[in-house]
This record gives sequence, structure tokens and C-alpha cells, in this order.
Amino acid sequence: MVESAIATPRDLPVGPTGRKGLGSWGVATLIASEAALFSYLLFSYYYDGVVTPRGWLLEPSPSLKLALPNTILLLLSSAVAWWGERGILTRRRNQALWGFGIAFLMGALFALVQWFEWHAKPYHFGASNYASLYFITTGFHMAHVLVGLLVLAALFLWTVLDYFSPRRRLTVTAGVFYWHFVDVVWLFVFTTYYITPYLGFGR
Amino acid sequence: MNAADVRTPTVGTVAEVSRPRLLSLWETSPGLKGFFSTVDHKQIGIRYIVTAFVFLILGGIEALVMRLQLIGPDRTLLTPDQYDQLFSTHGMTMIFLYASPILSGFSNYLWPLLLGSRDMAFPRLNALSYWIYLAAGIFLYVGFLTGNGPNDGWFNYVPYASRDYNPGLNEDFYSLGMVFLGLSVTVGAANFIVTALRTRAPGMSINRMPILVWGTLTASAANLLVVPAVSLAFFLLWMDRQFGTHFFDASNGGQPLLWQHLFWIFGHPWVYAIVLPAMGMASDALPVFCRRPLVGYSLVALSTVATMILGFGVWVHHMFATGLPSLGLSFFSGASIAITVPSAVAVFAWLATLRLGRPVITTAFLFFASMIVLFVIGGVSGFMTASVPVDWQLTDTYFVVAHLHYVLIGINVFPVVGAVYFWFPKMTGRLMDERLGRWNFWTMFIGFNLAFLPMHLTGLLGMPRRVYTYADGMGWDTLNLITSIGSFVLAIGVLLLIINVLRSLKRGAVAGDNPWDAPTLEWSVSSPPPPYNFAVIPTIASRHPLWEDRLQESEARSSLNCGLQLQTAKETIGTTALDAVPDMILEMPEDSFAPLCVAIGLSVTFAGLLLKGWSAVWIGALIVALSILSWLWPRRQLREREPAPASESAHG
Amino acid sequence: MSATPLAYLSSAGTRADITLPLTWLTLIISIIVCLVVAWVLWQAMRRASARGGAQATRSIPVERGSNGVRWIRIGLWLSAAPLLLTLVWTMVALAKVAAPFARPALTLDVTGHQWWWEAVYHGDGPSQTFHTANEIHIPVGVPVQVRLHGADVIHSFWVPKLSGKTDTIPGQTNISWLEARLPGRYQGQCTEYCGLQHARMAFEVVAQSADDFERWRQHQLEPAPAPSSAEQQRGMDLVVYRCGLCHSVRGTPAGALYAPDLTHLMSRRLIAAGVLVNNPGNLSGWIEHPQGIKPGSLMPDQFLSGPQLSDVRAYLETLQ
Ligand code: HEA
Ligand code: HEA
Ligand code: CUA
Ligand SMILES: [Cu+2]
Repeated sequence: MVESAIATPRDLPVGPTGRKGLGSWGVATLIASEAALFSYLLFSYYYDGVVTPRGWLLEPSPSLKLALPNTILLLLSSAVAWWGERGILTRRRNQALWGFGIAFLMGALFALVQWFEWHAKPYHFGASNYASLYFITTGFHMAHVLVGLLVLAALFLWTVLDYFSPRRRLTVTAGVFYWHFVDVVWLFVFTTYYITPYLGFGR
Repeated sequence: MNAADVRTPTVGTVAEVSRPRLLSLWETSPGLKGFFSTVDHKQIGIRYIVTAFVFLILGGIEALVMRLQLIGPDRTLLTPDQYDQLFSTHGMTMIFLYASPILSGFSNYLWPLLLGSRDMAFPRLNALSYWIYLAAGIFLYVGFLTGNGPNDGWFNYVPYASRDYNPGLNEDFYSLGMVFLGLSVTVGAANFIVTALRTRAPGMSINRMPILVWGTLTASAANLLVVPAVSLAFFLLWMDRQFGTHFFDASNGGQPLLWQHLFWIFGHPWVYAIVLPAMGMASDALPVFCRRPLVGYSLVALSTVATMILGFGVWVHHMFATGLPSLGLSFFSGASIAITVPSAVAVFAWLATLRLGRPVITTAFLFFASMIVLFVIGGVSGFMTASVPVDWQLTDTYFVVAHLHYVLIGINVFPVVGAVYFWFPKMTGRLMDERLGRWNFWTMFIGFNLAFLPMHLTGLLGMPRRVYTYADGMGWDTLNLITSIGSFVLAIGVLLLIINVLRSLKRGAVAGDNPWDAPTLEWSVSSPPPPYNFAVIPTIASRHPLWEDRLQESEARSSLNCGLQLQTAKETIGTTALDAVPDMILEMPEDSFAPLCVAIGLSVTFAGLLLKGWSAVWIGALIVALSILSWLWPRRQLREREPAPASESAHG
Repeated sequence: MSATPLAYLSSAGTRADITLPLTWLTLIISIIVCLVVAWVLWQAMRRASARGGAQATRSIPVERGSNGVRWIRIGLWLSAAPLLLTLVWTMVALAKVAAPFARPALTLDVTGHQWWWEAVYHGDGPSQTFHTANEIHIPVGVPVQVRLHGADVIHSFWVPKLSGKTDTIPGQTNISWLEARLPGRYQGQCTEYCGLQHARMAFEVVAQSADDFERWRQHQLEPAPAPSSAEQQRGMDLVVYRCGLCHSVRGTPAGALYAPDLTHLMSRRLIAAGVLVNNPGNLSGWIEHPQGIKPGSLMPDQFLSGPQLSDVRAYLETLQ
């Protein structure tokens, strides 16, 4: 007689616990897709840069005056958000609130500075395909920043309502992960548009 | 720790007493409320299938009108503009609104049943992807019906699609509609991936998944990565048209070829995405009719994945004539020839299964088996165009039109119709009529080949595609006449299918749980399945849980009647990605209006973008944001937040 | 002209000649593969153990059967040879058709317009350069380089008997080349969808002996003759005043390049991009009502009175 295999798991976690749960898989797929989106934007930049004759860059040495500090600001906001998440993990609600709140403000400041950066550009989006690409890529990124700010605001609100604990916090982890993603993507955008010209691409 | 956090699920046999309880947990409420809020994968799956069929008929009618115009030389049934909108809408409809959604429909319906689960990983996301599909389909068709259908072919090359040459709303409808539809495909793909990796029944390790699951999983992974390319391309096109950016127009440094790259980076993986699940259905169904397991399961699963991986690297074969350097062309040519190998694996596996099995000829079998030869005919014509010099002659002639119909109709429509015959009893509890089925099959088969086999010759005789008419004296008259006749025969075949479905719904013989004596899990539950699918979550010990006694493949036996009960709340089991070891209890969401609201909000937004009604755009965006906020609001019932109230931890 | 002017299963030019055997090779491989698969399938179906529906299916017991992976292996081995052969042949043929063996004897510029073809022949200096349309003459037996441009949208340049397709893309110059083995007229066709009249964007390539070609070239270089009757004079005034907005006639003030050059209109066999035979009836019909013949064409209907039309025709007929 053959035996039948019956799974009899014991002590299974119910619902999402810690960062385990379908939610993180869902966010991971979402981020994979978003990352693909940005890679196509960057592909377009490099493609155009390669096939267009010299003089394609409208600003052969892009000014880093605003962009570099702003980049650092955004990366720091990622660290602050992470610190806020630690607050949830260690049951320090105030730390979490400060973390999410400050990360939100830093993100908002980034958006504001980026706004000035756009206005400081000597060209507008209709000037050439380079200009169009610059504005659409940073614009797409900005849209993601805005969504990220909404997420941080929601996390802040939910933390005020005391929804989370070290076990029930998948939403927090996923939201903060999204914010990290927004920041990492900016690194790629920044490198592409602000650094590669100095390395000689597209000049 | 709270008792609600960790639980040892009870194991037991299927008890009739527990069914009412499960039913009350899982059943969609009746009436309109249930209709608009359901998250049941079976209902959503059927909606997908029905909607996609409606689009097949619409696209088919468009084709028939085109065939009337092309039935002879110099006909004037249609103006050039009408013809252009027809062939573009036909392509768009068939590729985007029929071929992909129909497979999503089958996968949606079948997956949890095949996987031994109670629903998809994200049921609300599932509802959302359907509503967006419906809304985007309507959006695109509003364009067509108001005379603003796409008019630049389904791949919509710039600069013809740009505003200078195409001032109407046609391309705005198409661009925005495609961005809109892309959202549906993306969230659907995410859902399939997580479902396949996390919700399989205990014991269904990854090498025990049905091939259909491999097919849709592969397709979804690809879609997740390539759909953004086409959405981006269409969005940039819309920006060019409406806001004076210069992504594509050459006069300002824009690159017309950038469009083609972005489109085909998406397009080629996409054409595999719309056949791999169908090939999967054939791989799962043919063995049932051959009364033996599939030959070379692992190779077929592997070839499914390999096709897609290679499929990312062949897109330039649609651009051979664009003047790219020969070195690049030879790479893509080589890759396109190499990609025949994984397809060949599947073909030989099917043939061997037939050869070594004991085929039973049923209507479903005929559709699946004929697919093999139709696929090969379509495949070898692709192999011919894969050779660059040959393609320089063949491209943009009816030869390519013949290729694409053989692959699309051959390995999408035929297996889909086979799947209708095969799974109809599961979905409705009734068998389809076999006699009418034979008529159905033979009219479709003969009509299809009559229409499209001679079309290869039309192409070799040089008839360009996308021409609204042709002069006589080119040697194409008779061939076109035959094609037109064949199209109508094919259409009659489709009509017979519809008749058979409608008749069998009421009068078909009662099917029972497992009419075909098939091996996979969906056949272990009643037909149609109860809303909760499985009264207990089964444990799987082999690829063919229902054939184990006869195949003697493994020591252990799957356990179908005894398993995890999970009947205290709307729950199912989460398992690990590779070995399917249970690792958590999943709390499943209730029915919800949020998906519908998101889709409505998006519709308002897109309509606003189209008509440049900015207030509508903001209102729509607000609806979307609020619906998503309420959707994601951490819920106790889903254990997304603390503290769980004491009452909930009482049972379990 | 054969009955199938665009068929490419016969060839008359070097590039098409190189491609044709490869086409046959792949076609024959393809047919064999289809026949073999169909035969295997047919054999399997003939051995069917039952026919019918669900009941018939259930009546046949399930068996484990033999493993069968061997058959996949055999199939792959059998496929490998034709695939490799095709791969190698493709690379060789590609290298051969990519560029001519000899230096091109002539280079011309061809531009695709919605919905006609412009050809520019260069000589030494501007006086030796001329434009023509929809009829491209080349000397037979020597390679001719064709630089392809797109004026508006993408078109594709195709003369099946001589060579495969190359797109004409705005903002980039693609290079193609033609070498006719035999003298003759070869039909060409736009094969990239380009809008309403994509269907009717044909042209002809006329391959002729070096002498004939040179005679033709010299003739094309000449400006239009002066009108020699009052009727022709009135016609010329109308042509300059109206047609001249888009067309040019060298030797007159009509000098626009939006539409085909008419200087030697009557030397061309066809008009309206290969749609109509160039005879007086068709010519008047076209001038009067191009929208009836090519709906959507960029040439508007002319609404000329009867006498005006015959004046215009009288003048155009002098443009030999
Ligand atoms: C539906 C899905 C689908 C599938 C599966 C395929 C499969 C293939 N396609 Fe096709 N293709 C399309 C859909 C598809 N295609 C569409 C829609 C277009 C047109 C787009 C448009 O322009 O509108 C297109 C166009 C297209 C082109 C561009 C033609 C042109 O525009 O000039 C090319 C060029 O290489 C190509 C190649 C191939 C190849 C090599 C395969 C291979 O995967 C086929 C492999 C399979 C086999 C070969 C059969 C099985 C193998 C054997 C039995 C082994 C023995 C075989 C040999 C020895 C040859 N396809
Ligand atoms: C899955 C994809 C798919 C399917 C199923 C079809 C189905 C058909 N297609 Fe099409 N086709 C494409 C995908 C598809 N096509 C694509 C991608 C293109 C390229 C577009 C482009 O160039 O941009 C194309 C282009 C294309 C052309 C070339 C146009 C051109 O280049 O000018 C032609 C011409 O003959 C054609 C014909 C047909 C015919 C006759 C059918 C037949 O199969 C149709 C059969 C009929 C039906 C299915 C309808 C049945 C209806 C009834 C029975 C009525 C019932 C009524 C009620 C119930 C109310 N198709
Ligand atoms: Cu020009 Cu088609
Ligand atoms: Cu392809």
C-alpha cells in the first residue's frame, strides 16, 4: 500500500508578518516593471546620443550646482526613511514619525529644488530631442517622487494611528522600499544626464 | 505573541458540513453589488474570455470587410481611409484585445484550480486588470466607431503617426488607449507571477506545475519587463503630437528608428507571450487525449523559458530593411534562426506524445493536434524571414501576413477553441456537442487553410501588405479571391463554435467532475467548481495527481480528500517558491468596489487627456488616489495591522 | 513584361540573383519540414484508438508509455543540419548583397515622397544635375549606387527583380544598389506603409545600354522647349502659375520641388507614380481630378475649364 503525502505544517504565520508576505512580492514585481520603464528611458538617451552627430548635448557641461546637492539630499532622505522604519521595528513610534516626516520633507525639498533646476535650464522641452528627453526622464522621475511622497504621508498617518508593530509592518517595509527605489533610480538618471557628459558621452 | 499570529491549520477530510461555511465565506453576493465588486478568479476569468471573444468577432468582421474590398482588383467598397482604419483596428483588436486577454482569461479561470489554491494571489488586482482591460477596449473602440480609429497599422510607425501627417484624433486615441491598456497587462502579469510562485498547493514543486502555468508565468515575466517599452513609446508619441516635444521627428533631431526599437523590443517578446500559454494548454490537453503523460515535460518547460529568453534578442528582425549595419543584422538573423530550436522541442514533444500514445479523436483533440502542423507552417515561414537577404524580398508582402496568421491563428485561435471544448465542461458542468464540434473543426480548418495557405504565394508574387486595392494584371486576382472565400468559410466555422457554445450551455450532456479522465487538479472538483474551489487544500505528490494509481510514477500519493481545512476565515495557503512547502496562511480580501473605482477614475483621466480637459484629468486622478488609498488601507481582517482584536483569535 | 511584375521568384539583377537560391533553399527546407510533420501527425491519427467524445476518451485506459525523449533528440539532430546550412548561407549571401563587387558606375539620390519617387542624377557641376520622377534609368550590367532619403514619412524602395527592400527614412540616408543583368523595365513599389496612397506608389526602373542611357541623360538635361503656339503659350502660363506652386519645369519660372519634375514629363511611360499609362486621355483625367484616381493624393483637383485644360495639355505634350 502506498502512503499518501499530506502536508501537515505547524505554526504557520497568519497573514503578512515581518517582511514576509505576498505584499513584498507584489511590490517587487511592480518595481521590476518600473525599473524596466526607466531603463527604456535611459536606452532612448544613449541611443539618441550614439546615432546623432556631435553637438547633441545642449549643455555640454551640465551645471551641478543644484543637481549634486539635491542628489545627496534625496539619498539622505532614503537613509532617514530607513531610520524611520527601524523605529517601527523597535517599537519606537516617535522615531518612526520623525523618520517618515523628515523623509517626506526632504523629498518635498528635492522636488522643489528640481523645479528650480528645470527653470534654470537654458532650454525648454521643445528645443530638441535632447531637451525633450531630459525633461521627460526627470519628469517621470518627479512623478515617482510625488507618488513616493504620498506613500510616506500615508505611512506617517498610519503610524499616527498606531497601526503597525514589528510583526505587522509589511506596508511600511514595502513603502520604504519603494522610496529607496525612487532614490536609486535617481542615481541612474543623475549619472546619465549630469555625469556622462563629463566622461565624454554625446559631446 | 497573539494567538492570531501563528496557527497550526487543522487537517481533515472534505466534510459536507463545512461546505456551507466555506460558501458563505467565498461566495460573491448576488445582484449588481456582487457583479461590480467580485474578486472571484473564476468570474473574472469568464469575463475575460467572453470579452475577448467579442473582440475576436469584431476584429473578424473588420477582416471580412477588408476581404470584400480585396476580393478582386480595383474595388471601391472602401475608401483608402476606411481601409487603413480597418486593417489597423483589426491588428490592434486581434493582438491586444483578443489574443492576449483570451489567454489571461483561461489562465485566470484555471490557475488556482490547477494549483490547488482558492484564488489568485491578489484577487482585487485581478479585478482591476479586467476592468482596465474593458475600459481601455471601450476607449479604443470609441475612437474607431467615431471615425478616429488607429490608421497607421498596429505597430504605428512614426513619422506617419505624428501630427504633421496625421492631424486627427486617431493616433491620440490609439496612443492613450495603449498606455491605458498597458496598465492592465502589467498588473495582470504581476499577479500571475506571484500566484505561480507563492500559492501552489503543498507539494507542487516547480517541476510539477502544468505546462500552462509555465507558459503564462514566462509570458507574464516577459510582459512585466517589456510592456513599459511600448507604453513609453506611445506616451512619447502623444507628447510629440500634443506638446511639441521631439522624440521622433527627424527635423529636430528626433529618431524615427527609436520608435521602431522601442516598439519591437516589446513586440517580439509579446508575440511569444500571446502563444506560450496557448502552447501550454496544448501541452496539458494533448496527453489527456493520448492517454499518457507528455513526452519530455522538463524539456518542454525549459523550452518555454528558453523561447522567451532568446525572444528578447531578436527584435531587429522586424527592422531588417531599415538600413542598419550588416554586422548587427547578422547577429539578429542568427538569433532568429536559433530560436526555432526551442519551438522544435515543443513540436517534437507533441509529436512523440501522439506517436507513443493512444490518441482518441475528439473535437478538442482535433484543434490541439492540428495546431501542431499550423504552428510548423507558421514557424517555417518565420524561419524564412529570419534570413536577412530573403527577408529583404519577403518583408512587407503578404508572405509576412501569411506568417503572422499561421502563428496567431494556428497557435492562438486553434488551441483556444480546443481549450473551449476541453474546459467548457469544467466551467459550465456540460459537455459541448461533438457532432457540431466536428463540423466546427473542419469548417475552421479548411476555411483557414484555404484563406491563408495561398496567401504565401500571393506574397511570393510580390503583393505588398497594407494596400487598400491593387491593379489587375499583377497575377494576384485569383489568389485573393480564394483567400476571401476561405475567410468566409473560416467565419462560418467561428459561427458554428458560437452556436455550439450557446446550445450546449442549456442542452449539453451533464459532464461530471472529470469527463475526460484527465490528470490535473481542476478535474478533482465539481463542475462548475464551488466558489472556494477546494474544500480542503490538497497535497500534491506528482505531476498527475489524478492518474497516480495508474502511472505508478511515485511512491507517495497526492492527497486530494484530506488536507488543510482553513475554513474559519477567507483563507488559503502560501507556499515557498520552488518546493511549495507551506510557509504562511494567506488572508484573502473580501469583494471590493475599489478596483472598479480605480478603473473608472482612470477612464475619466484618460478621457480628459484625450480631450485636454484638465479638470477631468485631476478629478480622475483624485478618484484613483482615493480608491487606492482605501484599497491599501491596512486592514485587521487581512492582518495588515495591529492589534488584532481578541475576538478573532478565538477560533482557529 | 511578365504577368507578375512584382514576383521575386524570378530575378534579373545581381542582388536578386544572389538572394534567389537562398530563398529556394529555405522554401524547400520549409516545405519538407511541413510535409514530414504533417505525415507523422497523420500516421498518429490513423492509429487512433477511439473516436468520439468524453466517453470514448474515458474508455481508453491511461498508461505510462515509453519515455520518448529520444524522439525529441532525433528531431533536433535532423533539424540542426538545415538550420546550420541556412545560417552559413545567409551570412555569405548577406556579405555579398551588402555592397557591390565593383565601384558603382553611377550614384543617384532617390527620395520617397507621399506618394511618388524623386530621383536626382548628378553630373560634374550643377548644370549637369537634373531631377526626374517615378522612372529611374540605369545603365545595364554595372552597379549603380542609390542613396535613399525620406522626405516626409518612411517609405521603402523595392524593385523585386533587381533587389530587396531598403527603407527611406527621414533624417537618415540609406544606401542601396542596383545592378541589372538584362535590359528592360522593372517595376518597383513602395512597401512601407506610408498613408492613404501607399498602395499606389509605384515606379519603374529602366535598365538600358550605356549608349541609350547616356542619350537619355543628355536629353533629360535639356530644359523645356519654348512654347510654339498661342495655345501652348496659354498652357504654359497656366502651368507656371498653377502647377508651378508644386512642380518645376526647367526653363520656365516653375521651380518648386514638392511634386514631380515635369520638364520631360512626356518621356515617361507612366504617370501618377505608376498608376496610369501616360496618354493624353489619362493625362487630362489626372489633371482634372486626381482625387478620383488617387484619393488623398497631395495634388488637388484643378477645376480647369474645358479650353484651359486643352491648353495645358497642349503645352505638357511639348515636354518630351
Ligand atoms: C504569434 C506569434 C509568433 C510566433 C510564435 C512567431 C514565430 C517566429 N517568427 Fe514571427 N511574427 C509574428 C508573430 C509570431 N512569430 C508577427 C505577428 C509578425 C508580424 C508583425 C507585423 O509585421 O505585423 C511576425 C513577423 C516576423 C518576422 C518579420 C518579418 C518581416 O516583417 O519582414 C520575422 C523575421 O525574422 C519572424 C520570425 C519568426 C521566427 C523565426 C519564429 C520562430 O519562433 C518560429 C519557430 C518555429 C518553427 C520553425 C517550427 C517548429 C520547428 C521545427 C519543426 C524544426 C524544424 C525546422 C526547421 C529546420 C526550419 N516573424
Ligand atoms: C490573433 C490575431 C489575428 C486573427 C485571428 C486574424 C484573423 C483574420 N485576419 Fe488578420 N491580421 C492580424 C491578426 C489577426 N488576424 C494582424 C496583427 C494583422 C496586421 C495588421 C497590420 O498590418 O497592422 C492582420 C492583417 C490582416 C490582413 C492584411 C491587411 C493588409 O495588410 O492590408 C488581412 C487581409 O486579408 C487579414 C485577414 C484576416 C482574416 C480574413 C481573418 C479571419 O480569421 C477572420 C475570421 C472571422 C471571424 C473570427 C469573425 C467571425 C464572425 C462571425 C462568425 C460573425 C458572427 C456575428 C455575430 C455573432 C453577431 N488580416
Ligand atoms: Cu510610400 Cu508606402
Ligand atoms: Cu518577431
